[in-house]
Amino acid sequence: MLAEIGVDSIEDLFADVPDDLLLGRELDLPPGRTEAEVYEHLRALAERNVSTERETCFLGAGMYDHYVPALIDSILSRSEFLTPYTPYQPEVSQGGLQVMFEYQTAICELTALPVANASMYEGPSALAAAGYLAKLANGRPRMLVSRGVHPHSRETLETLAVGYGTTVEQVTLRDGVTDREALTNALAGDVSAIFLQQPNFLGAVEDIAPLAAAAHEHGALVVCACDPLTLGVLAPPGECGVDVAVGEGQTLGNRLDFGGPSFGFFAATEEHLRRMPGRIAGETVDADGRRGFVLTLQTREQHIRRERATSNICTSQALNALGGVIYLSWLGRRGIVELGELLAQRTAYARDTLSALPGVSALHDQPVVREFAVHLQAPVEAVLERCAAAGINAGYALGRDDPELADGLLIALTEQRSRADIDRLADVLGAAVAAELEHVGTRA
Amino acid sequence: MTVDTQTPQQREQVKTIFEKSHPGRRAATLPALDVPARSLDELIPAVSRRASPPALPEISEPEIVRHYNRLSQRNFDLDSGFYPLGSCTMKHNPKLHERVAALPGNARLHPAQVPARAQGALELMWHLECALSEIAGLPHVSLQPSAGSHGELAGVLLTRAYHEDRGEHRTKVLTPDTAHGTNPATVTMAGYEVVKVGTAPDGGVDVDDLIAKADEQVACLMLTNPNTLGLFDSNIAEIARIVHGVGATLYYDGANLNAIMGVTRPGDMGFDIVHFNLHKSFTQPHGGGGPGSGPIAVSERMEPYLPRPVLVRRHGDERAGSAGSGDVAGTTGGDRAGAENGDRPGSEPAFYELDFERPKSIGRLRGFQGNYGVFVRAYAYICSLGADGLRDVAETSVLNANYLLARLRRAGVAEYLPVAYDRLCMHEFVLSGAPMKRELKIRTLDLAKRLLDHGFHPPTVYFPLLVDEALLIEPTETETRETLDAFADVIAEILREAREDPEIARNAPYSTPVRRLDEARAAKHPVIRQRR
Repeated sequence: MLAEIGVDSIEDLFADVPDDLLLGRELDLPPGRTEAEVYEHLRALAERNVSTERETCFLGAGMYDHYVPALIDSILSRSEFLTPYTPYQPEVSQGGLQVMFEYQTAICELTALPVANASMYEGPSALAAAGYLAKLANGRPRMLVSRGVHPHSRETLETLAVGYGTTVEQVTLRDGVTDREALTNALAGDVSAIFLQQPNFLGAVEDIAPLAAAAHEHGALVVCACDPLTLGVLAPPGECGVDVAVGEGQTLGNRLDFGGPSFGFFAATEEHLRRMPGRIAGETVDADGRRGFVLTLQTREQHIRRERATSNICTSQALNALGGVIYLSWLGRRGIVELGELLAQRTAYARDTLSALPGVSALHDQPVVREFAVHLQAPVEAVLERCAAAGINAGYALGRDDPELADGLLIALTEQRSRADIDRLADVLGAAVAAELEHVGTRA
Repeated sequence: MTVDTQTPQQREQVKTIFEKSHPGRRAATLPALDVPARSLDELIPAVSRRASPPALPEISEPEIVRHYNRLSQRNFDLDSGFYPLGSCTMKHNPKLHERVAALPGNARLHPAQVPARAQGALELMWHLECALSEIAGLPHVSLQPSAGSHGELAGVLLTRAYHEDRGEHRTKVLTPDTAHGTNPATVTMAGYEVVKVGTAPDGGVDVDDLIAKADEQVACLMLTNPNTLGLFDSNIAEIARIVHGVGATLYYDGANLNAIMGVTRPGDMGFDIVHFNLHKSFTQPHGGGGPGSGPIAVSERMEPYLPRPVLVRRHGDERAGSAGSGDVAGTTGGDRAGAENGDRPGSEPAFYELDFERPKSIGRLRGFQGNYGVFVRAYAYICSLGADGLRDVAETSVLNANYLLARLRRAGVAEYLPVAYDRLCMHEFVLSGAPMKRELKIRTLDLAKRLLDHGFHPPTVYFPLLVDEALLIEPTETETRETLDAFADVIAEILREAREDPEIARNAPYSTPVRRLDEARAAKHPVIRQRR
């Protein structure tokens, strides 16, 4: 091969690299290993993680331990989906492009909004991307974000807003939901968008429509992050006055994977179609009149429009979005309602059961459908440690993000957490709180 | 009687999964209600209830499986054939990686699991950070960004934070005219004005133009090296001096890192910020457009601004409440990625945790810790290859690219498809289809479509913008000489065919599930969802 090229050595091929920039040594990394050795090393590392297979997990806070049906693994592991690039050559990418089209349709149906893109990285960055859409749409200098929005989403929005030059102000909660009066007081003609979450970070179901109406009175856009799995029972954002619906897609057939990869979704009203970020698949015909699909409206995108693009996003989460549309097909029109109702019933039962324990009370009385927050009289981290020792991950310590909620615990339900699991959580949590209270009492 | 030569795929009347829906069918079975039933009206106020179910498909499991398997057969994929898509590094995706990513300790690990019960995951991330730090030649790493463009955004926001911390409000970012589109798009999103720097006759940055444009208003220069022409810019040290001379940062777009791993390092060239595409150089399967991952490595002066949280390693007595102390990946010397034991001799076991106390941080770029499943695959790859294997990747990718270029020449295509810059290339090279268009009356697009009929995925076309009728060809290190020979011969064959009858290429492809698609119609009358 070197002779064909006309050089004497591999080193000659790197002649353009100045000598003083050559590393001149091996990288300081261990030598290569066999496949079996690498498997064993990674297996041993994974063994040190306590997965949801090894404890009864009530953790949520944005990602949830739902069952991922086996057909998703089977389809996603097909090399024809796993290994292609973004479909730049549509004639040999009809599978991927049609998946995008079906996925967009499913997201439109779920959200009751007319347009959706083919995926975003994940939830919080999708919400921040909606902020950039608002900036492109009206260029106003302020954004208002409810404290009911996931803290990771709020922080991501702030990170990006520094770049596009918009200030972000927080709107407080009252009784667990966005304080309508505080929102109204903060709204003015210079507000670009408001950001809500349904259900909100504390699990409360927000009454979105009046909040949206208040924002619209001032010409602000309404962005709402939704848990897509609750949209079988909760009013879809498109029917509540929401302009842009975004969210974390993990609940739709994606593994936990310690936080990623999953996907974010992004849907909007028709008027924002040409401001959407990311890939969009569209239907067309081929030279013989056959139905086909292509990437469309690409003049929004970075590879065409460059510095005038509506986003810089390129690689997003196509494979994960495929998992999402398979899951929605598996669940189906009735399944998504049944699952939503089951979660709502179990969540109500769990809240009632746990709130009845001594030292435990509901953090708010708002309706809940998949997650709820309680207030503990005993130190939360210590209680969680005791529960973990009994094989139960009792939830998410709200003090991790917000010192004002240091006594708060967020508890999530999935279809994998049965009544028996909830009852056991009640026993273990009750005992842990009692033990901690006694412990504190002893010290005092 | 004429024979219908269409394939079954071509004959198939394509239906979406929504069109296959049939009332009453279903796949999922859900657990029965096991708690006392309450009225839904009591649980969810009417104003917040959904009135009618979303129109999702009603379809059985066998039909779902068959639908998506058939759709998959309408895709070309890397496991089935050569995919020399320039700038995308379509190298083999080792199958081990899917197995280790799917281990329950990885796949079913909740992202909010407390660090004490996720030590394996955090240690893996630590080792990956150390390895990326070593490969980049820069001391600090954040794994958080989700893709290359996300890493770029992180990098430009870091640059902004760095300057503003020094009381400077700069307004411009320089990008070469050969840059990936993500660079200028990122610059705009981060609130800067894009200023283009020209390309010199040898394909590198036009240093005189850079000197003319580099002033105190410039925050950063974003550069790819080797650049998108597949050429290593030998002037990089001088470029770094010019950029640093006006107080700006130098950003490395890591899309082309594959060519130089273990040979030379961006940090040693003077770059302050590097992003990696774990889905390019480090074998995360591309998934038809993601997932990816875009970690960044940065120099010491950029470290305070890294996204939150930062992964730290503590030793015994340093635990609990000692935020800000502890090791940060890459600073500990000799702590090699993949070493079985990251513990200091004679001390308590290391403990990995996430440090949120980062007052100068640009903040989060996304939820949780990043695309961990991608980290697992990239780490498995680095463990498999080791130091010598990574260098071998770079060398072989460059060898394969130069060999393919030479083979194309020998096959006689240079007359119609001359190389845009006649030098040794790195891992990819650019041909210009301008003479082909002039002499043979077929465009680069036609050549690309005709390649599909020969079972090859075309190269990247019409990029970089600088080269007329460009073809950007990146064979990668995992292709055999026989594959490269066959590809060169097919290109020559298509040109020969065009000399006789250009219409054949102009109307290609013929053998694919669909033929050329009407993209103008799709954009003019967008149909982007199934209508009910």
